[in-house]
Amino acid sequence: MPTSAMPESAPPAPESPPPSGSARPRMTPRSILLWSTVALVGAVCWGVLALSRGEEISAVWLVLAALGSYAIAYRFYARFVARRVLKPDDRRATPAERLEDGVDFQPTDRRVLLGHHFAAIAGAGPLVGPVLAAQMGYLPGTIWIVAGVIFAGAVQDMVVLFLSMRRDGKSLGQMARDEIGRAGGAAALIAVFAIMIILLGVLALVVVNALAHSPWGTFSVAMTIPIALFMGFWMHVIRPGRVVETSLIGVALLLLAIIGGSWIQESSLADTFTLSPTTLVFCLVGYGFVASVLPVWMLLAPRDYLSTFMKIGTIALLAVGVVVAAPVMRAEAVSDFASSGAGPVFAGSLFPFLFITIACGALSGFHALVASGTTPKLIQKESQVRMIGYGAMLMESFVAIMALIAAATLEPGLYYAMNAPAGLLGTTAESASQAVANLGFTISPDQLTQAAKDVEESTLIARTGGAPTLAVGMSEIFSGVFGGAGMKAFWYHFAIMFEALFILTTVDAGTRVGRFMLQDMLGNVWKPIGRVNWKPGIWLCSGLVVAAWGYFLYTGATDPLGGINQLFPLFGIANQLLAAIALTVCTTVLIKSGRLRWAWVTAIPLAWVVAVTFVAGWQKIFSDDPRIGFFAQRERYADGIDAGEVIAPAKTLDDMHTVVTNSTVDGVLIAVFLLLVTVVIVNAAVVCVRAIRSPGSLATTEAPYVESRIDIPEQAGEPLVGARS
Amino acid sequence: MNAPSMNARPWARTARWVRWYLRELTGESEYDRYCERHRRRHPHAPPPSRREYEVLRTHHRENHPQSRCC
Repeated sequence: MPTSAMPESAPPAPESPPPSGSARPRMTPRSILLWSTVALVGAVCWGVLALSRGEEISAVWLVLAALGSYAIAYRFYARFVARRVLKPDDRRATPAERLEDGVDFQPTDRRVLLGHHFAAIAGAGPLVGPVLAAQMGYLPGTIWIVAGVIFAGAVQDMVVLFLSMRRDGKSLGQMARDEIGRAGGAAALIAVFAIMIILLGVLALVVVNALAHSPWGTFSVAMTIPIALFMGFWMHVIRPGRVVETSLIGVALLLLAIIGGSWIQESSLADTFTLSPTTLVFCLVGYGFVASVLPVWMLLAPRDYLSTFMKIGTIALLAVGVVVAAPVMRAEAVSDFASSGAGPVFAGSLFPFLFITIACGALSGFHALVASGTTPKLIQKESQVRMIGYGAMLMESFVAIMALIAAATLEPGLYYAMNAPAGLLGTTAESASQAVANLGFTISPDQLTQAAKDVEESTLIARTGGAPTLAVGMSEIFSGVFGGAGMKAFWYHFAIMFEALFILTTVDAGTRVGRFMLQDMLGNVWKPIGRVNWKPGIWLCSGLVVAAWGYFLYTGATDPLGGINQLFPLFGIANQLLAAIALTVCTTVLIKSGRLRWAWVTAIPLAWVVAVTFVAGWQKIFSDDPRIGFFAQRERYADGIDAGEVIAPAKTLDDMHTVVTNSTVDGVLIAVFLLLVTVVIVNAAVVCVRAIRSPGSLATTEAPYVESRIDIPEQAGEPLVGARS
Repeated sequence: MNAPSMNARPWARTARWVRWYLRELTGESEYDRYCERHRRRHPHAPPPSRREYEVLRTHHRENHPQSRCC
């Protein structure tokens, strides 16, 4: 929730008095026993996952392996990073305490702040990536999600949060400029903006693919607009500030809208809500523009509350569903596509493409923007960065694991019939069944038709983007626990609505953030455009931002090669490059502040993510394989045009031209991203070398020490981490 | 607002805790805190009404967009 925050009324949980910070607490026999058990359970589950081949394996093993690893990581590694590397000091006042203004800065209960932070970082990303990555089997994805979050993603979030907190809540861009230099800072700023545009375009494409030709889905998602407007009116005019009651009403209306969708589908209105991808693109672009210029209370704020409630509720429901239904994994542990790189969902081999396809859930650069935004201004005590930064990211990683389970418990034949590009599958159940057989999997035309009928969709063929696949998986799991097979269609559309809601919230908020960034940048060139209250400036910048992501959305929706297939790697590379920038900033600050010895904590994930993104980027630019390399693809189709022939899956010469344009734009964009990140890294390396040569010569921009006056007895269970001794 | 009492029955306590949590999470309880703060700092000026406060809050939110992640 992007509200400025909260409490001082600390609720229950009185515990023993705080221990004195000086003595290093030793582990008691009981805690040794407890943690040994956790380690054992986790290890056994991993063992089962690793060793079982060819037999059916329950998803519960996956869940327990992940949870055991998270517990160990949180207890030991996160604590180590906090104590030894960051050295938070609870006697030091946080910006929330020092600068308290009741609006931006406000010491906030850690549990509430965890909820806030989690709601801000978790969205459709961890739901979509793992579903697409399931084409390589469930095991590589699981290992990357768990290991990635423990050693890279959660570390990045926690360190960025800590650094920003020590700098009065500065943004990542500001920190890059202050700690690295002007060139690095400027490159980081442009990269952040460009990456956001790609992100919005790809996420919107997921919605378009989920809603195309689906009157039920389109109706229920469209209804979120009047529902949000009603909520906004209620909260703003009739009952000012009653957020909780309004949100509960909103959730109830939302469920009605999902039920109503089923009715609409049967009625004469069905045609009105049956829209082609291109029409949906224009609707979304129009919506995005209007939403970003309307007052926030009308649309953005209520939608945000709705989305938060749905998010937390559905994720909890999914966790219960997975454990109770205990579905069996049907995907292979490691598929042939992992090594061959010839997968239909996205091209390229396991390294590096798995690691960019699953971004959110393992390592997501975008989190660095959230962790350096509102959250650091609300932290009550420094040691809480572990719970909020590291803990929230572990939660998101768990969401990714559940999405992976939902996809991997589907029949592989159905999975490929839904996720391979339309050009490959054709439009009939027969052609799709044949195409899936060519990939080495089986699904009969009847089964395919029946699967679509079960969820009351006209077709499930080539419903790419991850959302419909996840929705089918969730409907299987949910209907196994609540309501039986008759509820499948409801749960399918519930899941679609839930994802579309997330994404539209991200689109609203992202367009607005993008507009501010653009106004800020253009304001340097021409003053009036930077004024936040000058309407023409607002409209112009909003229009530019919407047009930019709208362009990618349109090309994605009309790409003959399949938009997700083409654009998702771009999105993944962009997101991971942002992580590279964030980790560069972290490493630079650690080195500048004399912690060279511990710099590996962020330097190793940095090296990894640089290796992944640069190899992926390199292949995307220079690979000779037209399925992978954008320029090889361009050449192939350009040659085709010269020879006057049409190369499948393109159907016309126009299609051929579209492919040529798209692959040129995508290839150039990746090159630009890599270049920007290289500037940041080289600039940072220069600074680091200077810092190592003459230690202490370079100032960091940490805010000065002020003694804290807040005491929080409830935290007693947790020794004051790293208290200065 | 005060922390939920610990003496009540378990389910009542849970319900109160959930209500407390949701009010805090959504920022609904912000107004109470604002008023208290206002009374402390400006004892002679009346605090804004709920409606006025919400207008201020929306206005602030208008100019401080927060990005949501993917």
